[in-house]
Amino acid sequence: MAASETSNGTTLRHAFGNVFALFILLLIGVLAFSIRLFSVIKYESVIHEFDPYFNYRVTQFLTKKGIYDFWNWFDDRTWYPLGRVIGGTVFPGLTLTAGTIWWIVNSLNIPLSVETVCVFTAPIFSAFASWATYLLTKEVKGVGAGLTAAALLAMVPSYISRSVAGSYDNEAVAIFALIFTFYLYIKTLNTGSLFYATLNAIAYFYMVCSWGGYTFIINLIPMHVLLCIVTGRYSSRLYIAYAPLVVLGTLLAALVPVVGFNAVMTSEHFASFLVFIIIHVVALVYYIKGVLSPRMFKVAVTLVLSVGLVVCFAVIAVLVALVASSPTKGWSGRSLSLLDPTYASKYIPIIASVSEHQPPTWPSYFMDINVLAFLVPAGIIACFSPLSDASSFVILYIVTSVYFSGVMVRLMLVLAPAACIMSGIALSEAFEVFTRSIKFQLPGAPIDSQVDAGDKSSDNTTAQNDVAKTEKSEDTIKERPSRKNKKKEKEPVGQPSVKSRFEKRLLVLPLEASILAIFLLVLLGAFYVVHSVWAAAEAYSAPSIVLTSHSHDGLHVFDDFREAYAWLSHNTEVDDKVASWWDYGYQTTAMANRTVIVDNNTWNNTHIATVGTAMSSPEKAAWEIFNSLDVKYVLVVFGGLVGYPSDDINKFLWMVRIGGGVFPHIKEPDYLRDGQYRIDSQATPTMLNCLMYKLSYYRFVETDGKGFDRVRRTEIGKKYFKLNYFEEVFTTHHWMVRIYKLKPPKNRIRGKTKKSKSKTSSKTGKRSGTKKNPWH
Amino acid sequence: MARSTSKDAQALFQSLRSAYAATPTNLKIIDLYVVFAVLTAAIQIVYMAIVGSFPFNSFLSGVLSCIGTAVLAVCLRIQVNKDNKEFKDLPPERAFADFVLCNLVLHLVIMNFLG
Repeated sequence: MAASETSNGTTLRHAFGNVFALFILLLIGVLAFSIRLFSVIKYESVIHEFDPYFNYRVTQFLTKKGIYDFWNWFDDRTWYPLGRVIGGTVFPGLTLTAGTIWWIVNSLNIPLSVETVCVFTAPIFSAFASWATYLLTKEVKGVGAGLTAAALLAMVPSYISRSVAGSYDNEAVAIFALIFTFYLYIKTLNTGSLFYATLNAIAYFYMVCSWGGYTFIINLIPMHVLLCIVTGRYSSRLYIAYAPLVVLGTLLAALVPVVGFNAVMTSEHFASFLVFIIIHVVALVYYIKGVLSPRMFKVAVTLVLSVGLVVCFAVIAVLVALVASSPTKGWSGRSLSLLDPTYASKYIPIIASVSEHQPPTWPSYFMDINVLAFLVPAGIIACFSPLSDASSFVILYIVTSVYFSGVMVRLMLVLAPAACIMSGIALSEAFEVFTRSIKFQLPGAPIDSQVDAGDKSSDNTTAQNDVAKTEKSEDTIKERPSRKNKKKEKEPVGQPSVKSRFEKRLLVLPLEASILAIFLLVLLGAFYVVHSVWAAAEAYSAPSIVLTSHSHDGLHVFDDFREAYAWLSHNTEVDDKVASWWDYGYQTTAMANRTVIVDNNTWNNTHIATVGTAMSSPEKAAWEIFNSLDVKYVLVVFGGLVGYPSDDINKFLWMVRIGGGVFPHIKEPDYLRDGQYRIDSQATPTMLNCLMYKLSYYRFVETDGKGFDRVRRTEIGKKYFKLNYFEEVFTTHHWMVRIYKLKPPKNRIRGKTKKSKSKTSSKTGKRSGTKKNPWH
Repeated sequence: MARSTSKDAQALFQSLRSAYAATPTNLKIIDLYVVFAVLTAAIQIVYMAIVGSFPFNSFLSGVLSCIGTAVLAVCLRIQVNKDNKEFKDLPPERAFADFVLCNLVLHLVIMNFLG
């Protein structure tokens, strides 16, 4: 009777626990979604920053023209005069996802605009990502750890920074795809089911569609397989998890146009093929070992291994030859800068110039993953007891991602899920130990400890949950724990098994200590929550297209970018070409709908260098370069009046470097006085005469009479000058964007006869030029 | 020395053959299928080496189709093998259904990729 009562009680508790876990997961999803809405509430529902504008534009095209036109889209409005094949050079995952959501929503007669769908794609997918984290961690360490990890991931600042509402970028869906692919891999590894292997390949396909970071997966999984083989953990489940993934995954990756044959041609993928061969050799060895008697196997080992090694060496030699024969040794620049952090800054200024490709600083770790950084080591230790295939994978994941995050700031994003998983495991194990010791010392009331944790804070709920389902969380960790577990279930009701009680006794901590520890852990969690909410609300939700500043006389809103782009779209011809530094290319095409010379895709270094050269040349040379590119308008971003630090003057040295990399007559030292970059009266004449200086500071002295630059905190060097080849056509309210028009070329005959005269008569020339413009 | 190795090898092959003779017929059929797929892949690679890899996607899909078939068949063989303790509770019907599904996906992708 006692036994039946126990089983009845357990099933009831299991059912209750399942419903409870589902409910918590739902809340976590809501939390993940709503914490990312600060940007919409504080600002408005807009697309953020630079790349999202391009993605938005592509999505608009997709929803308007359909999928086949999208694949064949040749965009002639960027990279003038080259153009860009969008369909073949873009990762289509994000666009297709948002397009599908838009299509579904509209076919249900819910009239959402494409922009709304794009703005909310990232928060929706972060909810999915936290659910995927739950699944992954559940496979590794059980439900309790899964829920904790999901709650942590829902609000990890690093991930929030890339997925606030409006940040419509590849990473938004890619992190979900990454975690989900890992989950399916672990699931396949745990079950050995071919069905999950198929799903895994499809999830990998989605990841390849979404983000260039898929190479992380296709290198991490082979590393794990290799690790398992080397540590003697090879099993046929490993084979089923890995071998179909390589074949199917490679084929599926080759289907994505932007990857194409790269999936078999570049060395980022070779590791997987190598391990593919190795796992076959190992599988054969294990098979033969199983078939033969031990004595015969010893004989076989010498034979098979020697033959196998020869084959392996031959293959390695072929691969090395292939790699060595390809240019840059088969590695693309971004990957090379991963392996050698100094590579990019040495050889490729265009990669080094992007701030998110810089190595991170220590404070940024604290800012982005906060207390998780301290919990990760504890999680790693928890993963080692007991070490399973799944937990070794998670350990490998955190180790590699810590390394990669140290190379590039933007790869913090890959670290964040790993840190969440580890911290989730650590927290849940700690809670389990503490609550269990409380439970043992309060024999009458094991339920009481659950009730007082009814708070809404995530850690509390998971702690409570942990107590409710200790047995469930142990269920998944194979046979031995589950046997122990059955004994434990009987304990409160029937007679306790002496041995297990003895085992448990060893783990029991003093009551006061465990209560204090739980309190401290909850405090730690609360601190994390406060920090995350602060980061979401203050640090990461600025759309950077609209800026605000608080000062003593209230809130200031700087909407200069949209003002300028609106001016462009209303006052210029449809086919006019606008030159600017590449940062603003995507926004110009998306918001002003004008053709640009270079944009954020940065696929053609020479073209960018041409623009950089023009910006760093004196006026006449710059005019010639721009005129040869058919440019009508030049756009510069200037923050000197309002103190907006990321303006073109601050980026100017990169223009010089990138320009000088291709056109050697531009030399960086010419722009520096004693190695210092300055724009005051000490600045070099080259600096004071270059186009960027002139376009930024033209008429600047008229604002306050002194020409005081609030970003550089100095008075500018050259205050009064005229522009001979450019004409100011528009400056926004706060002077943040200034648009200039190229003056039309002068009458040939007059210009040829007297150069000096043409300079003096520039004013009249401009007047007459605008009237009968030969270019219209 | 040489004689002892050759004798050992002979003994080895003897025991291998006898061990293999004990495997059930359905596993032998799968083995035959695997060998056939691998041979087809090998023929294609040889053909590529002689003639050239011009329609590279066709070559790739041909070879990967064969390798994929072989790999999936090996997976099926692992799962339906009675000696394999890890898959005791997996019914062979389920294993076969998974195998068919995976093959379906594989060949849909290949048809798409064939160009």
